[in-house]
Amino acid sequence: MIAAEDEAKGRVQAESMVPPAKSEQPARAEASRARAGLFGRWEVVLVLLLVAVCAGNTWASPYFLDAQNLLDSTQSFSEKALMALGMALIIIGRDIDLSVAAIVALCGTAIGWLATQGVGTAGLVVASVASGTVLGMFNGALVARLGLPAIVVTIGTMSLFRGISFVALGDGAYTAFPEGFDALGQGYLFGVIPHELLVLVVFAAAFYVLLHHTRIGRRLYAYGQNPDAARYSGIAVEAHRFWFFTLNGSMSGLAAALLTSRIGAARPNMASGWDLEVIAIVVLGGVGIGGGSGRMSGVILAVFVMGLLTFGLGLSNVPGIILNIIVGALLVASVALPAVLKKVASHRDGARS
Amino acid sequence: MQLLARRDATLALIIAALVAAIVWRAPVFASAGNLDTVLNDGAILTIMALAQMHALVTRGVDLSVGAVMALSGMLAALLSRAHPELPALLAMGVAAGSGLLLGAANGALIAGLAMPPIVVTLGTMSVYRGLVFVISGGAWVNAHELGAGFLRFPHERLLGLTWLTWIGVLVVAVCYLSLHHRRAGRELYALGGNPAAARYLGIDVARRELGVYSITGALAGLCGYLWVARYAVAYTETALGFEMQTIAACVIGGVSIRGGRGGVVGCLLGATFLVVLFNALPVIDVSPFWQMAISGATILVAVALNARGERRRSPSGRAGRTSIARGAPTAAAGAKAT
Repeated sequence: MIAAEDEAKGRVQAESMVPPAKSEQPARAEASRARAGLFGRWEVVLVLLLVAVCAGNTWASPYFLDAQNLLDSTQSFSEKALMALGMALIIIGRDIDLSVAAIVALCGTAIGWLATQGVGTAGLVVASVASGTVLGMFNGALVARLGLPAIVVTIGTMSLFRGISFVALGDGAYTAFPEGFDALGQGYLFGVIPHELLVLVVFAAAFYVLLHHTRIGRRLYAYGQNPDAARYSGIAVEAHRFWFFTLNGSMSGLAAALLTSRIGAARPNMASGWDLEVIAIVVLGGVGIGGGSGRMSGVILAVFVMGLLTFGLGLSNVPGIILNIIVGALLVASVALPAVLKKVASHRDGARS
Repeated sequence: MQLLARRDATLALIIAALVAAIVWRAPVFASAGNLDTVLNDGAILTIMALAQMHALVTRGVDLSVGAVMALSGMLAALLSRAHPELPALLAMGVAAGSGLLLGAANGALIAGLAMPPIVVTLGTMSVYRGLVFVISGGAWVNAHELGAGFLRFPHERLLGLTWLTWIGVLVVAVCYLSLHHRRAGRELYALGGNPAAARYLGIDVARRELGVYSITGALAGLCGYLWVARYAVAYTETALGFEMQTIAACVIGGVSIRGGRGGVVGCLLGATFLVVLFNALPVIDVSPFWQMAISGATILVAVALNARGERRRSPSGRAGRTSIARGAPTAAAGAKAT
């Protein structure tokens, strides 16, 4: 139900998005880093935002505040959330990956074809993650090994991956999947907790530990803040970037398996526009686009802010395209507000001295 | 500069070879009617690629151009629907003017608040696209609702070429003069090559950035009208994803995403290459479903070749490696670029 609604939302901005790369002037990178300091912790703002979203939705729709309903709603954004976890690491490392939604489409197409060849559920999941991993490696090799700008590379692979999916499927779709495959994206543990939510919780915890409690995570912050200094201190920056792109591909592959299972079909246009949404979630979560800043807790909170906002507005019959305005405005505001406050603050300091 | 010129010559040869091969396979490609289509498609993509180049040269990017085209085009279309008798030039002015304001809003956020262009334009891309839906109520504005003059203008001819083509020629000429022969243009390259040094030189960075995004907005608005008039329909998804094509044309034309490098001629050639390729596919019986995959592969090849060229130029041979995606190419790399 939710699945159909989510896909039918008619998201428009599509594969279009793109991003580039501004070599951050230090001031700019710092502005994004200063965000946390201004509010104490950015997470506090996100929690307030989450409360506001829930309050607003409860007021707007009597169906919102229902435990099972809320649990079900997580299915509609779990895949994006998984992709946001990987994307957060990419952006903290000063890179960007615009091809994630295209990877979902190509992995979905691949397992759709495999399903017609009689591969079982477990095989499909493995195949999806494996194809995502390979596609991520392709990005990683171009970016880290050949030293090409991540934004251009992933704009290219975004067209390439989705293009291959279109060449394979045209305007058709794969809809025949083995029995039991649908349980992945539509099933429940004990009949209550959606499988997708379980997967999300496990991976969110794993990414939290990876980023904040391992040496790999600390190295990521180091080269995200200053790649040259990191290189001189002996961090194998290019190798890390390669593997983070690979990991990001794996996460997209996993998301592809879940999404395909949830909507029961693989089409070349699946997940279109998700690259923008995933990046918006990560930036809203407090990760500075200039690299080296942000925390997993913020990203996970942003997942719920964005997800429940979308879900609630959907319940209130707000058209999907209006959501675009809100999401876009939220994205700009989340970066503009701290910048404005900082400007005001520095003005005041200037006047005093 | 010399190196750029050589790159442009190579690209021109590749395009010539491509055209020759296509005509050999399918002579119909060289027919007057088809060339007209190529020129008309090429004009819009060239104008928007040049607009995008302004942003890329300053190390920025404008992801909202497709949405601005849709919004301004829709405004012009609604105006024409309400007052079909109004002259086409007025509709064009409204589109370009509204585009200018939308672009200036981007510029104000980017220059005034020092926000990253990618985040700002990603956000406004969504917002502007949503606004098209709001002002149109989600409905299409179809050919029969639009004024006759509104629809006719881009197709009217002067010396055998359509006005659409002439507008493209005019924009190329103005961009060439302003970017390569005016101080303002040189300041954009300086700013993109090394922002910190540009500031020390006394370049008003904020003012230049505001100008850049106003220009991309105004040109996107202009093209919004041209697009709507050419295809005789305005709807929410007008020019969806077009920003990708503008960036692709720039990259193929040798514009560096890291700022400070790229020329009008290269940009024009990059746009020409894409338009020739896209128009050739149906002519030589390739399914349109291949278009996306081919353009993706082309971008990858082009960026790999660009990087090779850049690396060969730098004595250390590591230019491509030391500066990572958004990593500031340190002072040394910046100096090399200028």
